[in-house]
Amino acid sequence: MERVPILRIGDLLLVTIQVDLDDQSALALQEDLARRIVADSAHGVLIDITALDVVDSFIGRMLATVASISAVLDAETVVVGMRPAVAITLVELGLSLGGVRTALDIDKGLALLGRSTARG
Amino acid sequence: MGEIQDVDILGDDDVVRVRQAVRALAVSAGLSLVDQTKMVTAASELARNTQTYGGGGSARLELVVEPARSGVRATFTDTGPGIPDVDVAMADGYTSGSGLGLGLSGARRLVDAFEIDSEVGRGTTVVITKWSR
Repeated sequence: MERVPILRIGDLLLVTIQVDLDDQSALALQEDLARRIVADSAHGVLIDITALDVVDSFIGRMLATVASISAVLDAETVVVGMRPAVAITLVELGLSLGGVRTALDIDKGLALLGRSTARG
Repeated sequence: MGEIQDVDILGDDDVVRVRQAVRALAVSAGLSLVDQTKMVTAASELARNTQTYGGGGSARLELVVEPARSGVRATFTDTGPGIPDVDVAMADGYTSGSGLGLGLSGARRLVDAFEIDSEVGRGTTVVITKWSR
Protein backbone atom coordinates (compact mmCIF):
# COMPACT_ATOMS: atom_id res chain seq x y z
CA MET A 1 0.00 0.00 0.00
CA GLU A 2 1.19 3.51 -0.84
CA ARG A 3 0.91 6.24 1.77
CA VAL A 4 0.29 9.58 0.09
CA PRO A 5 2.17 12.40 1.87
CA ILE A 6 0.14 15.30 3.27
CA LEU A 7 1.96 18.65 3.54
CA ARG A 8 0.83 21.50 5.76
CA ILE A 9 1.21 25.09 4.59
CA GLY A 10 -0.26 27.53 7.09
CA ASP A 11 -3.79 26.31 7.71
CA LEU A 12 -3.94 24.42 4.43
CA LEU A 13 -3.19 20.80 3.70
CA LEU A 14 -1.66 19.99 0.32
CA VAL A 15 -1.84 16.55 -1.21
CA THR A 16 -0.18 15.74 -4.51
CA ILE A 17 -1.17 12.31 -5.75
CA GLN A 18 1.83 11.06 -7.71
CA VAL A 19 1.11 7.36 -8.06
CA ASP A 20 -1.62 5.19 -9.53
CA LEU A 21 -3.56 4.62 -6.29
CA ASP A 22 -4.94 1.24 -5.36
CA ASP A 23 -8.21 1.19 -3.44
CA GLN A 24 -6.68 0.64 0.01
CA SER A 25 -4.29 3.54 -0.50
CA ALA A 26 -7.22 5.76 -1.54
CA LEU A 27 -9.12 4.83 1.63
CA ALA A 28 -6.01 5.40 3.74
CA LEU A 29 -5.64 8.88 2.25
CA GLN A 30 -9.27 9.64 3.05
CA GLU A 31 -8.74 8.68 6.69
CA ASP A 32 -5.36 10.40 6.98
CA LEU A 33 -6.85 13.63 5.65
CA ALA A 34 -9.76 13.55 8.11
CA ARG A 35 -7.31 13.04 10.95
CA ARG A 36 -4.96 15.78 9.77
CA ILE A 37 -7.74 18.35 9.24
CA VAL A 38 -8.54 18.06 12.93
CA ALA A 39 -4.99 17.61 14.22
CA ASP A 40 -3.65 20.61 12.25
CA SER A 41 -6.83 22.74 12.52
CA ALA A 42 -6.75 23.02 8.75
CA HIS A 43 -9.30 25.19 6.97
CA GLY A 44 -8.56 24.09 3.46
CA VAL A 45 -7.44 20.98 1.59
CA LEU A 46 -5.91 21.16 -1.86
CA ILE A 47 -5.70 17.86 -3.73
CA ASP A 48 -3.55 17.97 -6.86
CA ILE A 49 -4.39 15.18 -9.31
CA THR A 50 -2.32 16.49 -12.23
CA ALA A 51 -0.33 13.24 -12.30
CA LEU A 52 -3.38 10.97 -12.38
CA ASP A 53 -4.12 9.66 -15.87
CA VAL A 54 -7.14 7.69 -14.62
CA VAL A 55 -9.82 8.53 -12.07
CA ASP A 56 -12.29 5.67 -11.84
CA SER A 57 -15.45 5.53 -9.71
CA PHE A 58 -13.54 4.48 -6.60
CA ILE A 59 -11.04 7.34 -6.71
CA GLY A 60 -13.87 9.69 -7.73
CA ARG A 61 -15.90 8.61 -4.75
CA MET A 62 -12.88 9.07 -2.48
CA LEU A 63 -12.52 12.68 -3.71
CA ALA A 64 -16.23 13.34 -3.12
CA THR A 65 -16.07 11.75 0.33
CA VAL A 66 -13.03 13.81 1.32
CA ALA A 67 -14.92 16.94 0.24
CA SER A 68 -17.90 15.94 2.40
CA ILE A 69 -15.79 14.99 5.40
CA SER A 70 -13.82 18.23 5.24
CA ALA A 71 -17.04 20.25 5.04
CA VAL A 72 -18.27 18.59 8.22
CA LEU A 73 -14.92 19.38 9.83
CA ASP A 74 -15.09 23.08 8.86
CA ALA A 75 -12.59 22.84 6.04
CA GLU A 76 -12.97 23.26 2.32
CA THR A 77 -11.55 20.88 -0.29
CA VAL A 78 -10.53 21.89 -3.78
CA VAL A 79 -9.38 19.34 -6.36
CA VAL A 80 -6.97 20.78 -8.91
CA GLY A 81 -5.26 19.65 -12.10
CA MET A 82 -7.78 17.26 -13.56
CA ARG A 83 -6.76 16.28 -17.07
CA PRO A 84 -9.28 16.87 -19.87
CA ALA A 85 -9.41 13.17 -20.82
CA VAL A 86 -10.10 12.30 -17.18
CA ALA A 87 -12.91 14.88 -16.99
CA ILE A 88 -14.54 13.56 -20.17
CA THR A 89 -14.31 9.97 -18.91
CA LEU A 90 -15.67 10.76 -15.44
CA VAL A 91 -18.73 12.48 -16.85
CA GLU A 92 -19.39 9.67 -19.30
CA LEU A 93 -18.94 7.15 -16.51
CA GLY A 94 -21.76 8.93 -14.70
CA LEU A 95 -19.75 10.59 -11.96
CA SER A 96 -20.16 14.35 -12.10
CA LEU A 97 -18.44 15.07 -8.74
CA GLY A 98 -21.21 17.57 -8.04
CA GLY A 99 -20.16 18.32 -4.46
CA VAL A 100 -16.47 18.74 -5.22
CA ARG A 101 -14.98 22.16 -5.87
CA THR A 102 -12.38 22.10 -8.61
CA ALA A 103 -9.82 24.48 -10.06
CA LEU A 104 -7.58 24.15 -13.09
CA ASP A 105 -4.29 24.51 -11.22
CA ILE A 106 -2.82 25.05 -7.76
CA ASP A 107 -2.77 28.87 -8.09
CA LYS A 108 -6.47 28.96 -8.92
CA GLY A 109 -7.16 26.40 -6.19
CA LEU A 110 -5.37 28.60 -3.62
CA ALA A 111 -7.37 31.60 -4.84
CA LEU A 112 -10.57 29.63 -4.31
CA LEU A 113 -9.46 28.89 -0.77
CA GLY A 114 -8.92 32.59 -0.22
CA ARG A 115 -5.15 32.49 -0.51
CA SER A 116 -2.76 33.74 -3.10
CA THR A 117 0.78 32.66 -3.89
CA ALA A 118 1.44 36.19 -5.19
CA ARG A 119 3.03 38.55 -2.64
CA GLY A 120 2.50 42.25 -2.20
CA MET B 1 -3.60 -11.77 -34.27
CA GLY B 2 -1.92 -9.71 -31.59
CA GLU B 3 -0.50 -9.73 -28.13
CA ILE B 4 -2.23 -11.55 -25.30
CA GLN B 5 -1.59 -10.95 -21.65
CA ASP B 6 -3.20 -12.72 -18.70
CA VAL B 7 -3.39 -11.02 -15.30
CA ASP B 8 -4.67 -12.67 -12.14
CA ILE B 9 -6.99 -10.41 -10.16
CA LEU B 10 -6.70 -11.29 -6.50
CA GLY B 11 -5.99 -8.00 -4.74
CA ASP B 12 -6.08 -4.21 -5.01
CA ASP B 13 -2.68 -3.98 -6.60
CA ASP B 14 -3.83 -6.33 -9.37
CA VAL B 15 -6.50 -3.77 -10.33
CA VAL B 16 -3.67 -1.24 -10.71
CA ARG B 17 -1.68 -3.76 -12.81
CA VAL B 18 -4.70 -4.26 -15.10
CA ARG B 19 -4.97 -0.49 -15.56
CA GLN B 20 -1.29 -0.20 -16.49
CA ALA B 21 -1.35 -3.19 -18.87
CA VAL B 22 -4.51 -1.94 -20.61
CA ARG B 23 -2.94 1.51 -20.98
CA ALA B 24 0.12 0.02 -22.69
CA LEU B 25 -2.05 -2.01 -25.10
CA ALA B 26 -4.28 1.00 -25.82
CA VAL B 27 -1.20 3.02 -26.78
CA SER B 28 -0.02 0.16 -29.04
CA ALA B 29 -3.47 0.00 -30.66
CA GLY B 30 -3.26 3.69 -31.53
CA LEU B 31 -6.22 4.81 -29.42
CA SER B 32 -6.54 8.54 -28.82
CA LEU B 33 -5.70 9.83 -25.34
CA VAL B 34 -9.40 10.18 -24.46
CA ASP B 35 -10.17 6.67 -25.73
CA GLN B 36 -7.19 5.25 -23.84
CA THR B 37 -8.51 6.88 -20.68
CA LYS B 38 -12.03 5.55 -21.25
CA MET B 39 -10.79 2.00 -21.87
CA VAL B 40 -8.47 2.02 -18.86
CA THR B 41 -11.25 3.38 -16.64
CA ALA B 42 -13.74 0.75 -17.85
CA ALA B 43 -11.15 -1.97 -17.25
CA SER B 44 -10.52 -0.63 -13.76
CA GLU B 45 -14.23 -0.81 -12.90
CA LEU B 46 -14.54 -4.37 -14.19
CA ALA B 47 -11.32 -5.55 -12.55
CA ARG B 48 -12.63 -4.21 -9.23
CA ASN B 49 -15.93 -6.03 -9.76
CA THR B 50 -14.00 -9.24 -10.45
CA GLN B 51 -12.06 -8.79 -7.24
CA THR B 52 -14.86 -7.53 -4.99
CA TYR B 53 -17.97 -9.33 -6.19
CA GLY B 54 -16.46 -12.26 -8.06
CA GLY B 55 -14.12 -13.16 -5.23
CA GLY B 56 -11.13 -12.82 -7.56
CA GLY B 57 -10.52 -14.07 -11.05
CA SER B 58 -8.49 -13.09 -14.04
CA ALA B 59 -8.27 -10.71 -16.96
CA ARG B 60 -7.18 -11.55 -20.49
CA LEU B 61 -5.93 -8.46 -22.26
CA GLU B 62 -5.45 -8.47 -26.03
CA LEU B 63 -4.26 -6.23 -28.78
CA VAL B 64 -6.69 -6.92 -31.64
CA VAL B 65 -5.40 -6.09 -35.10
CA GLU B 66 -7.75 -6.25 -38.07
CA PRO B 67 -7.12 -5.02 -41.64
CA ALA B 68 -9.12 -1.82 -41.19
CA ARG B 69 -8.75 -1.11 -37.48
CA SER B 70 -7.02 -2.09 -34.30
CA GLY B 71 -8.19 -2.14 -30.73
CA VAL B 72 -7.94 -3.50 -27.23
CA ARG B 73 -10.08 -6.25 -25.81
CA ALA B 74 -10.27 -7.17 -22.13
CA THR B 75 -12.05 -10.26 -20.81
CA PHE B 76 -12.77 -10.47 -17.09
CA THR B 77 -13.66 -13.86 -15.70
CA ASP B 78 -14.57 -14.96 -12.21
CA THR B 79 -16.10 -18.07 -10.71
CA GLY B 80 -18.01 -16.14 -8.08
CA PRO B 81 -21.71 -16.14 -7.20
CA GLY B 82 -22.88 -14.79 -10.56
CA ILE B 83 -25.49 -12.10 -11.21
CA PRO B 84 -29.13 -13.20 -10.83
CA ASP B 85 -30.58 -10.54 -13.14
CA VAL B 86 -28.09 -8.99 -15.55
CA ASP B 87 -30.58 -6.41 -16.84
CA VAL B 88 -31.12 -5.10 -13.33
CA ALA B 89 -27.39 -5.14 -12.60
CA MET B 90 -26.73 -3.11 -15.76
CA ALA B 91 -28.97 -0.25 -14.61
CA ASP B 92 -27.32 2.92 -13.27
CA GLY B 93 -27.34 3.00 -9.52
CA TYR B 94 -27.69 -0.72 -9.02
CA THR B 95 -25.26 -2.07 -6.48
CA SER B 96 -25.04 -5.29 -4.57
CA GLY B 97 -22.28 -3.90 -2.39
CA SER B 98 -21.11 -0.57 -1.06
CA GLY B 99 -20.17 0.95 -4.41
CA LEU B 100 -21.84 3.66 -6.41
CA GLY B 101 -23.51 1.25 -8.80
CA LEU B 102 -21.71 2.76 -11.77
CA GLY B 103 -19.32 -0.11 -12.46
CA LEU B 104 -21.16 -2.17 -15.10
CA SER B 105 -23.36 0.53 -16.60
CA GLY B 106 -20.56 3.11 -16.58
CA ALA B 107 -18.05 0.71 -18.12
CA ARG B 108 -20.49 -0.10 -20.93
CA ARG B 109 -20.84 3.59 -21.81
CA LEU B 110 -17.06 3.99 -22.06
CA VAL B 111 -16.35 1.23 -24.60
CA ASP B 112 -17.41 0.28 -28.15
CA ALA B 113 -18.46 -3.29 -27.42
CA PHE B 114 -19.67 -4.84 -24.18
CA GLU B 115 -20.78 -8.41 -23.58
CA ILE B 116 -21.72 -9.97 -20.29
CA ASP B 117 -22.43 -13.59 -19.50
CA SER B 118 -23.33 -14.57 -15.98
CA GLU B 119 -24.77 -17.62 -14.36
CA VAL B 120 -25.76 -17.91 -10.71
CA GLY B 121 -23.38 -20.24 -8.92
CA ARG B 122 -20.98 -20.41 -11.89
CA GLY B 123 -19.57 -16.92 -12.26
CA THR B 124 -19.42 -13.96 -14.56
CA THR B 125 -17.53 -13.09 -17.74
CA VAL B 126 -17.46 -9.58 -19.17
CA VAL B 127 -15.77 -8.72 -22.48
CA ILE B 128 -15.09 -5.11 -23.49
CA THR B 129 -13.48 -3.77 -26.67
CA LYS B 130 -12.39 -0.32 -27.71
CA TRP B 131 -11.31 0.41 -31.30
CA SER B 132 -9.05 3.06 -32.70
CA ARG B 133 -10.84 5.52 -34.96
